[in-house]
Amino acid sequence: MPVKRIDKTPMPQRDAGVRAHDFLEVNEGYDLQRAMFEAERCLRCQDAVCVDGCPVRIPIPEFIHAIAAGDMTEASSILRGANPLPAICGRVCPQESQCELLCHMNNRFTSAAIGHLERFVADWERDQPNNEGARQPWRDEKIAVIGSGPAGLVCAGQMVGMGYPVTVYEALHAPGGVLRYGIPEFRLPNDVLDWEIDVLKRRGVEIVTNVIVGKTIALDDLLNNMGFAAVFIGTGAGLPKFLGIPGENLNGVFSANEFLTRINLMRAYDFPNADTPMKVGKRVAVIGAGNTAMDTVRSALRMGAEKGLIVYRRSETEMTARIEEHHHAIEEGVEFHWLTNPLEVLGNNEGWVTGLKCQVMELGEPDDSGRARPVPVAGTEFVIPVDNVVLSIGTTPNPLLLKSTTGLETDRWGCLVADEESGRTTRAKIYAGGDVVTGAATVILAAGAGKNAAEAIHRDLAEARGEESPAAIAVVGAPSAP
Amino acid sequence: MARIISKRVLTPVTKLFIVEAPLIAAAAQPGQFVIARVREGGERIPLTIADYGRDRGEITIVVQEVGVTTRLLGALDEGDDILDVVGPLGAEPEITPGGHVVGVGGGFGAAALLCLMRDLSERGEQTTAIIGARQKDLLILTDELSAVCGHLELCTDDGSAGLKGFVTERLQQLIDGAGVADGIGPPDRVLAIGPMPMMRAVAETTRAAGIETLASMDPLMIDGTGMCGGCRVTVGNEVKFACVDGPFFDAHQVDFDEAVRRNKMYADLESQAAEMQAPECQASAGAS
Ligand SMILES: Cc1cc2nc3c(=O)[nH]c(=O)nc-3n(C[C@H](O)[C@H](O)[C@H](O)COP(=O)(O)OP(=O)(O)OC[C@H]3O[C@@H](n4cnc5c(N)ncnc54)[C@H](O)[C@@H]3O)c2cc1C
Ligand SMILES: Cc1cc2nc3c(=O)[nH]c(=O)nc-3n(C[C@H](O)[C@H](O)[C@H](O)COP(=O)(O)OP(=O)(O)OC[C@H]3O[C@@H](n4cnc5c(N)ncnc54)[C@H](O)[C@@H]3O)c2cc1C
Ligand code: SF4
Ligand code: SF4
Ligand code: FES
Repeated sequence: MPVKRIDKTPMPQRDAGVRAHDFLEVNEGYDLQRAMFEAERCLRCQDAVCVDGCPVRIPIPEFIHAIAAGDMTEASSILRGANPLPAICGRVCPQESQCELLCHMNNRFTSAAIGHLERFVADWERDQPNNEGARQPWRDEKIAVIGSGPAGLVCAGQMVGMGYPVTVYEALHAPGGVLRYGIPEFRLPNDVLDWEIDVLKRRGVEIVTNVIVGKTIALDDLLNNMGFAAVFIGTGAGLPKFLGIPGENLNGVFSANEFLTRINLMRAYDFPNADTPMKVGKRVAVIGAGNTAMDTVRSALRMGAEKGLIVYRRSETEMTARIEEHHHAIEEGVEFHWLTNPLEVLGNNEGWVTGLKCQVMELGEPDDSGRARPVPVAGTEFVIPVDNVVLSIGTTPNPLLLKSTTGLETDRWGCLVADEESGRTTRAKIYAGGDVVTGAATVILAAGAGKNAAEAIHRDLAEARGEESPAAIAVVGAPSAP
Repeated sequence: MARIISKRVLTPVTKLFIVEAPLIAAAAQPGQFVIARVREGGERIPLTIADYGRDRGEITIVVQEVGVTTRLLGALDEGDDILDVVGPLGAEPEITPGGHVVGVGGGFGAAALLCLMRDLSERGEQTTAIIGARQKDLLILTDELSAVCGHLELCTDDGSAGLKGFVTERLQQLIDGAGVADGIGPPDRVLAIGPMPMMRAVAETTRAAGIETLASMDPLMIDGTGMCGGCRVTVGNEVKFACVDGPFFDAHQVDFDEAVRRNKMYADLESQAAEMQAPECQASAGAS
């Protein structure tokens, strides 16, 4: 029976004063006792609305129940059946606006800690012996996946699960997409990501790095000359926006993508053992207030900055970062400048950043996004002295592949047009999902899109083979727990 | 991984490698580049595709040793693998057809001119290459260049080969019609590839004469796909990403002051790393 406890079982975490200076993971994870203690709180609702909040519809009460019963094998197989990246989603999903937002317990208590429990199960799984070998694909149609972010990885995993030979092409030298180059190790350690990718490789997914489709190989070559029967595009939204304000090209101004890539993918924190340098000054201002901005400002502290500031033209209410990241940032001493609009980056004679000229804003009428529009308050200009400015004001899909391929429609934001349910694009045999379709969104939405597209590809191929009703996809598609 | 098929030492600090890279060779266009990484934890560095053989599945790169990564690469030998090579990146330069194209190269720029000039000659353009170095034995690929250009002009600081003086002096002479007697008319278009001060000087030389001039910008890069914005260059009043929009830009519009300043962003850290790694650099390169 559920046990009434008002609060979530706290997630053990490392001391803010210590962790703000290294890249080790902040959250330590539940142990079995804590996990069972928390699992007992879940009400096992008949109408489990939490499931409606999860983009991949994990059977949440079922897996939590299995934890409460101490049956971890069962919990992990329920979880894996619905979400191929549980160790990652348990860590980075914005639970407070998805599964946990809808949880019935919110009426009187705090929600069940679904994310923490999901992470616990996935971490447990990682510690189990694994001797699953790759199964030979039993179908003929080869599938190409472009991009190894969550959308591409999940699509690839589902396709090998259904018996197809799959090759993933990745532009960078290491797979993972934003999970590798964007989200820092203190939130998502590389060994967790490596493990998830290894699971897929063991299942037979082939990952070829250093191939940029649209440059190294044309997308049409994949279909016409290389014998692929279908292609899934999961190239993400990696193109950084700049503000276009004066001083943006001064030394010491970065896009968040560059800042984080130098640190995460290229390991600049380990310079000169790793060869890529990074220069972080005493005071770092990060413009924006999403997950990327929080990751950037907290990375700046870990790279030795004495002060990390968030500069955002809207207010705290409009911030898009996960609540947990915001809290962690506050604990680590990040300063928040809400309703502050950057006007110009100031520099010295040598062209290095010295300050950020800003202006105070106030909230006006709602704008297109439904959020209160920030309007400048006249005569409020002031300068914040800083050594670095990092722009974290959003990204859009990289046009490189889309420009080099004919017949793929994009919308006015540069996003690839694809059906939400199936990932079908405006061209036959080409499917897409994740940030390249939605614009910058979330890991679980990208994973869900990869999963849906895999099912659509399977259906379309089965139809082309002349099979009346393709074998029950949900069953074949669900990879067994390793 | 890309296997090194052969290596040629062009000068003590300049090495030519023929590398097995069939996909890149098949897709390469003149003026494009690759990004290479030579060891775990290593930097990603851009290198021009000096030449390619589609049928052989090979590309040629020429590396001038200036820091940690170029030195590690330069120390590799035939049969070794380069850890990562990705490309081809960047866009082929858009050169208006018709007229006399003069390519000006310094340092590794001479190598970068090779397949560009060949391609232009094959397209029926009139071509001249002017390459320069401090002294005769630092000039590279002269035979290869002379085979693919209408004319090859050499310049050395000490006069040990060709004209004693800078490449821009010879360029100015050609603009003034000094080459007509030798059958080299004034340039209609100029391509500059080499160190930033050289490209800037070329731009200044052709600006007055109003000659269409492209410079191959070499900012610091990471991904080479437009993802980081680290390679941004201001051209006219627009910010461009050199890795996707370039590397060739209108030399008269490029903000060279900014480009030079941005390239020095890590100079102190880089030289610190080079000093620290100097002995180890040799050792690990030798071992691989
Ligand atoms: C710093 C940061 C923090 C974030 N934090 C969170 C968070 O806490 N929670 C959350 O849910 N979401 C978060 N997000 C968003 C989330 O990471 C993305 O929505 C998600 O990664 C999108 O997945 P994707 O597979 O569509 O693309 P990506 O992860 O962007 O992967 C695309 C991959 O395709 C490759 N590629 C691109 N073009 C080509 C080509 N032509 N050929 C071959 N390969 C190509 C890229 O190199 C890349 O590896 C964060 C994003 C960032 C940047
Ligand atoms: C499109 C493009 C094509 C290139 N083609 C070639 C080529 O064919 N052959 C070749 O040898 N080099 C080429 N370069 C330059 C080459 O990438 C750099 O020399 C290399 O990155 C230096 O790395 P490093 O670790 O050895 O030196 P670092 O330790 O990074 O730097 C050593 C010194 O070189 C300077 N430096 C670093 N990067 C550059 C750069 N991009 N341009 C000029 N100076 C720099 C630094 O300021 C420092 O003083 C090219 C660059 C670009 C952008
Ligand atoms: S995947 Fe994300 S949304 Fe779904 S249950 Fe897990 S944490 Fe919640
Ligand atoms: S809504 Fe909350 S309490 Fe109910 S089943 Fe879902 S997690 Fe458990
Ligand atoms: S190198 Fe990153 S955008 Fe050009």
